[in-house]
Amino acid sequence: MSNKLRYDVIVVGAGPAGLAAATVLAKSGVKVIVIERGRFPGSKNVMGGVFYTDCMKGIVDEFPGKAPVERHVIEERMWLLDDNSHVGFTHKNEMFNKEPHNCYTVFRAKLDKWFAGEAEKAGALIINNTVVLEPIVENNKVIGVKTDRPQGDIYANVVIAADGVNSLLSKSLGLRKELKSKDVAIAAKEVIGLNEDIINERFNVKGSEGVTIEITGSFFPGETMGFIYTNKKSVSLGVGMILEDVINSKMNANDLLESMKQHPSIAPLIAGGQTKEFLVHLIPEGGYKEMPKLVMDGLMVVGDAAMMVNSIHREGSNLAITSGRYAAETYLEAAKTNDFSENVLKKYIHKLNNSFVIKDLKKYKNLPDLLQKDKRLLQKYPRLLNQAAFELLTVNGIPKKEKEKMIWKTAKKEIGISNMIKDLIKIWRSVK
Amino acid sequence: MHALIFIKQVPDASQVRVNYETGTLIREGVPAILNPFEAHAVEEAVRLREKIGGKVSVLTMGPPQATDALKECLSMGADNAYLLSDRVFAGSDTLATSYALYEGARKIIELEGDVDLFFAGKQAIDGDTAQTGPGIATRFDIPLVTYLIKLDEVNIGKKYAIATRLTEFGQETVKTPLPAFFTVEETLNELSYAPLPWLIKAAQTEIKRLSSENVALDKNQCGLKHSPTKVKKAFTPEKRQRGETLKGTCNDLAKQTSEILLPFVK
Amino acid sequence: MIDIGKKDPDKTHYKDIWVFVEQTNGEPQQVSFELLTKARELAEKLNCKIAAVSIGKSVEHIAEEAFKYGADKFYIIEDEVFSDYRTEPFRDALSRILIKYKPEIFLIGATTQGRDLSGTVATELKTGLTADTTQQEIDSETGNLMMTRPTFGGSLMATIICPDDRPQMSTVRPGVFKAIPKETPQKGEVIRETIDIKEEDIVKKILKKVVSNEGNINLSFYDVIVAGGKGMGSKENFKMLENLADLLGGTWAGSRKAVELGYVPQSRQVGQTGQTVHPKLYIACGISGAIQHLVGMQSSDIIISVNKDENAPIFDVSTYCIVEDALKFIPKLIDELKQNKKINTQ
Repeated sequence: MSNKLRYDVIVVGAGPAGLAAATVLAKSGVKVIVIERGRFPGSKNVMGGVFYTDCMKGIVDEFPGKAPVERHVIEERMWLLDDNSHVGFTHKNEMFNKEPHNCYTVFRAKLDKWFAGEAEKAGALIINNTVVLEPIVENNKVIGVKTDRPQGDIYANVVIAADGVNSLLSKSLGLRKELKSKDVAIAAKEVIGLNEDIINERFNVKGSEGVTIEITGSFFPGETMGFIYTNKKSVSLGVGMILEDVINSKMNANDLLESMKQHPSIAPLIAGGQTKEFLVHLIPEGGYKEMPKLVMDGLMVVGDAAMMVNSIHREGSNLAITSGRYAAETYLEAAKTNDFSENVLKKYIHKLNNSFVIKDLKKYKNLPDLLQKDKRLLQKYPRLLNQAAFELLTVNGIPKKEKEKMIWKTAKKEIGISNMIKDLIKIWRSVK
Repeated sequence: MHALIFIKQVPDASQVRVNYETGTLIREGVPAILNPFEAHAVEEAVRLREKIGGKVSVLTMGPPQATDALKECLSMGADNAYLLSDRVFAGSDTLATSYALYEGARKIIELEGDVDLFFAGKQAIDGDTAQTGPGIATRFDIPLVTYLIKLDEVNIGKKYAIATRLTEFGQETVKTPLPAFFTVEETLNELSYAPLPWLIKAAQTEIKRLSSENVALDKNQCGLKHSPTKVKKAFTPEKRQRGETLKGTCNDLAKQTSEILLPFVK
Repeated sequence: MIDIGKKDPDKTHYKDIWVFVEQTNGEPQQVSFELLTKARELAEKLNCKIAAVSIGKSVEHIAEEAFKYGADKFYIIEDEVFSDYRTEPFRDALSRILIKYKPEIFLIGATTQGRDLSGTVATELKTGLTADTTQQEIDSETGNLMMTRPTFGGSLMATIICPDDRPQMSTVRPGVFKAIPKETPQKGEVIRETIDIKEEDIVKKILKKVVSNEGNINLSFYDVIVAGGKGMGSKENFKMLENLADLLGGTWAGSRKAVELGYVPQSRQVGQTGQTVHPKLYIACGISGAIQHLVGMQSSDIIISVNKDENAPIFDVSTYCIVEDALKFIPKLIDELKQNKKINTQ
């Protein structure tokens, strides 16, 4: 009596990867349904907040168009924090003011809602408040999904798993091993409300120009990265620490965030602000080495579910969106011959391999392990740099050559020459 | 059977923040939710439809973007969703609102057929006045059953319903002819988890729009100008301050507290 | 609907303050006397008279109390059809009498009956109704009634006026105002009104009434509420809160969490999706103080909170903060109170 629910493609998860896939598919006339567990797309998503324009090409060409973006970034800073100081690098460029802008700061709840609207305009069906419990598999082929709603089984030619860092689908299909605590970071983020003019003044920008600050260093215990991004009327401040370190140091994300807010380099930037929101999320950190199997008969894995995060470059959403687009394109090609087997869907992997997505992830594949094993890198070097800078810049009668000797001596004592050479080689190997 | 539910999309009262300097509400970013009491009314109507057939329509009055609550109702199983939106309603108090909704409902009767049961929630969590429902019932001159906790029987053929309502003194079961107007309590039912096909249908259902263009409205009963009650001023109540923290061992605390409570002891 | 007459649109023809005396089985509701007391205050400013009106099977005997609390006149409508409250006959009778006598202000208690009745009558009379008001004052400039009410669970107060329409109608929750009899009550006039309503014309019939204690309770009837939350740990532990409430002449209640955990029935829930209360004394035990709970009780006169977490948000609105495990503290408190009671009665 019950008619089976049949679609061409089921996308699980209405995050950037899922919505990218759904939009491309719908625009080509494919009957696609997106199942989202949150109340609305974006309600369960968290990211630092930097969104790249380039990845939207071929999906929503007019981006940003009417999309709710905050500020376009014209300056990117990198800070190495010590207890009361920081050494920083920065690049500010008028070229970033030219359109199309390189990237924008965004709020996921707003942006995803808009993105979902675009997918719906193109013809995709988005169902919220519904959880996909498990895939429906027949003869080792994924033919649909089972949701938690009554009469909630859906069938399709292909299922695109865009269900995020905790991808239930990848797990239940045995495509990935259990996530280890060294392969994920817990990230906590706070949105602090500040007057628009005050933001402009403190960050030295005007109009809708924005600044991003990436932060790491010896100030943090363990392998940690923080950020500060300017939004129109608020500042997003966050920090992410590898779960293993969180467990070992017995600190929680909230504590880390609080201590960061009080750092003398950071406190003045957010003084007088009002906390508007607090969010926590898991971020995949394993990189290339921890990527699961991406394809099987009737299934492709995209986005965070495929662990596609390049944290050193702060890229995750653009990788997700690009992977979503590739999955959609792969489907369109497979649909020509009506063959959705792994052999044909493998084209998805080829596309990824030939693109910056895998190329970048491969380039940095050893970095996660390196940072993990060699705590020196994020602890000792930033401290040393800060001390060195302080020493060199302080005029106290000590001749410069002596100062250099002192610094060198400290470096040798703290780290050791052979270690420094080893580190240099390791880093070079990890990033080449 | 045709049931019509009047719903309101309200800001989540617990998330409303007050700007103590200007004395105004900070509505920005406060999520809007379907008035919880109406969700139960929709649930009841949909259950009735599943049992005896018919259709369920929902109507709300609000700005053009007040569609989230209507979409939620569709996902719960409602068949039709109407948004009555027009600038002429701006500033309406409850009298003007009940008039507007009355005319909107009349239009729906014209388009979808006679209504047997009208529903509204007991009260809205933002305005909390509980007047709109009774006002609409009076305009239609139909029996009003407030604080509904159970619909014991609905007989469309013989045009009557038996309903139980809640008062301070207990429960009262009444028999009323149909059409009748019911305002519901949260305890009327438990919200159920709608089947997936309903959500799919809801996602594909258009929200129908009503305005002064397609609804016959007497402009002399609409909006701020024709609202008998007006807000003279709005202010934030004195923010409650943290009082005294009692100190001492558990026994000390008990002694101190019993002193404080002396005037209340019976 | 019977013929209720035509309303006089000229607001200057309206005079005096009327109060609805609600009764059930001949027993008047206390809130009516609270409103009569308030009416005296308002009448002084307006230099006008006060009348009470009651509808029922037999209500004449309430006259003495009505005069005691300040009514100059007591209008009564007595008939068999009014034995039990039903919206339609009460609405018609009340509307008719208000159109006939044109009071400037009309006050009703915000009980289930009052709320049921006021909305329909106000719509019938095409006048303004302000519900659940907590303050009433006369504007010395215009003579209009200024009615203040909480909105958004109490986060914002609004003062409403009904400048052009009459009567200015207002409902007030029980317990907001105090009922104080006149020092020298005078005998007033009882005026009997008749109305032609026949039982066969009334379409709604009451099939049965069940008076019960549990299952439905209006917490706003009580001056003292002792509420418990997750910190109480179990349904059984709520018995101590009930005992404490009894000692203080109040009742017991719970937070939404307590209801979800099955410790407390939904009928006793205080909070955004439960009841809003402002008793004279609210004792919160093992309640953390989530905003959804606070909006339901933060305007209580005195709030005493007991929670073993010193950072519990409930303390931010408490008059007295007790950082202690409620399960340890409450039994001790009950003992102390019983001791004191013994001492005082000896």
